[in-house]
Amino acid sequence: MAMQALPESTGTTRSSAPRRLGRPGRTGGPTKAAAARPRGRGFWKTVLGLVLTGLMLFPLYWMVNVSLTERSAIREASLYPRAFTLDNYRTVLGDQLPYLGTSVIIGLGTVVLTLIISAPAGYALGKLLTRGKRALSFLLIVAQMIPAVVMALGFYAVYTDLGVLDTLPGLILADSTIAVPFAVMLFSAFMSGIPKELLEAAQIDGASHTRTFFTVVLPLSRNAAVTVGLFAFLWAWSDFLFTSTLNRGGGDLRPITMGLYDYIGSQNQEWGQLMATAVLASIPTAVLLVVAQRFVAAGLTAGAVKD
Amino acid sequence: MVHQTEDVQGLVRRPPAPEARTAEAAGSDTTSPKRPRRPRISRPTLAGLGFIAPLAVYMVLFYLYPLVENVSMSLHRFTRATYVTGEAPFVGTDIYREVIGSATFAPTIVQTGLFVVISLVFQYTIGLTLAVFFQRHFPLSGVLRGLFLVPWLLPIIVSGTTWQWMMDADSGVINGLLGVIGIDSVWWLNADNALWAVIIANIWLGIPFNLVILYSGLQNIPTDLYEAASVDGASPWRQFWSITFPLLRPVTAITLLLGFVYTLKVVDIIWIMTTGSGSSQTLATWAYSMAFGKGSSAIIRYSEASVVGTVLLLIAVAMGFVYLAVQRRQEA
Repeated sequence: MAMQALPESTGTTRSSAPRRLGRPGRTGGPTKAAAARPRGRGFWKTVLGLVLTGLMLFPLYWMVNVSLTERSAIREASLYPRAFTLDNYRTVLGDQLPYLGTSVIIGLGTVVLTLIISAPAGYALGKLLTRGKRALSFLLIVAQMIPAVVMALGFYAVYTDLGVLDTLPGLILADSTIAVPFAVMLFSAFMSGIPKELLEAAQIDGASHTRTFFTVVLPLSRNAAVTVGLFAFLWAWSDFLFTSTLNRGGGDLRPITMGLYDYIGSQNQEWGQLMATAVLASIPTAVLLVVAQRFVAAGLTAGAVKD
Repeated sequence: MVHQTEDVQGLVRRPPAPEARTAEAAGSDTTSPKRPRRPRISRPTLAGLGFIAPLAVYMVLFYLYPLVENVSMSLHRFTRATYVTGEAPFVGTDIYREVIGSATFAPTIVQTGLFVVISLVFQYTIGLTLAVFFQRHFPLSGVLRGLFLVPWLLPIIVSGTTWQWMMDADSGVINGLLGVIGIDSVWWLNADNALWAVIIANIWLGIPFNLVILYSGLQNIPTDLYEAASVDGASPWRQFWSITFPLLRPVTAITLLLGFVYTLKVVDIIWIMTTGSGSSQTLATWAYSMAFGKGSSAIIRYSEASVVGTVLLLIAVAMGFVYLAVQRRQEA
């Protein structure tokens, strides 16, 4: 992702972000200020905001528009699907289903691997270790800055030797490197906020660190885990660079990004089908986002400020 | 519990600042003199090492090893014969000299510079304008701000193909709209204009990231400053330049720094739109095309690709140190 990383990256941003930003001014007043102001004054801003959002999202509208237009009419570039059809989707759905399935498997595999590696590391960084944390944080930040093309080239050489080129586990491993540094930093920030008393109480009851981790820390960190999982899935789903290099010859066992890329490469100018595929590739992203946002919102207890 | 859930929301909305708290804790501990080991201290440390072990192994295997492999390839000459004999003689910095001396190198550096600088200037300016626009809440502001993030979360291949079609010379909607206001069609994706085409798409991609970070920075500026300024009769324009912008400087520094690194390594948006052809070739797409024998490089040239890759790697590490320095200065 340009900014990934997502976001990224950050991303996502994927992104490790600036320190002063961590703590939002919750107590201060955006909400209060807005409430104190007469409602009508924001009206022109809402209108302007709608226009700006429309401009920003225009490419997405255009993608949907083209995907719903008949082949013969696509070149007219009509502002709405005047020659409406669902044929593009009918054609594409059958073809792309295996790729979509593969993408789901890769996404879930990446989520699991990322969580297994990063949650314990986050606990160690956030709660257990006292030294060397700064050096590790630095390494994680640099890890996020390494260009994917450099990683891909290295992976390619290693995978050729190991014979895991064009395999799903190979791709899952590579995709997880996009999310792991971000995940460790997020977990450690979150877990360091868990009150010490809770951990000590568990230890007084005789629980080992491992037990404390599984029975106290992990359940409390559910929300952080959802966030990590969400982004790991999104980035794996969206990945183009690793896929196009490490899984080029995977046939049906290639993710949807390659299904889409095949269309671009084929030069057959089926833009309707191409855009329908693009829409399909975006839908799970959108669904996941809505579902996960609801999860996070449900975690908010009464009285928490929501903007 | 309230505290934590709020935290999570904060983390979802804005990329986290995890090092912050861990660093504070580390600072206070490392300054204290070494004490004789007592079981109470060493047990958690031991457990900590155990918990971090998977990450350590993972980073050595999946970061360090591929990177070492990459650097090693840049110092050995991989040729066609390598596939048969497995031999790649060590040639020192020969390939570095060849790559830097090649006719492609200088233009690629210039294009990379243009791509990064122009993208950053516009992403930052537009992102900041939007962040200020959203700073005071208005009806629907939360929803609209959320919608602004959508381009960030979409697969880049999706946005890339869409932009490619929108910029089609004959039937693209952009030329269509330009035609309405009487401007001749632009061949967006041909060799000369390709750089501008990918810059436009990349600016669009980067706006959400800048908006998110700068918006969260704005939330940390105390509102009473603005109130006091209003009482003194300062115009909004004046308030922006004497309160918002100066107080946002640390956030600006980090935003631009991360933006620089992320823009430098962009491959996918460029590749999907133009396969790095013509003026749109940057260091990253050059490395990609040589490594995998696509686009401008018809044959696979591992060693040359690793050279460019290693250059990018060194820049990334250098930027990591700059990041650290900026962070230190802000703490001081």
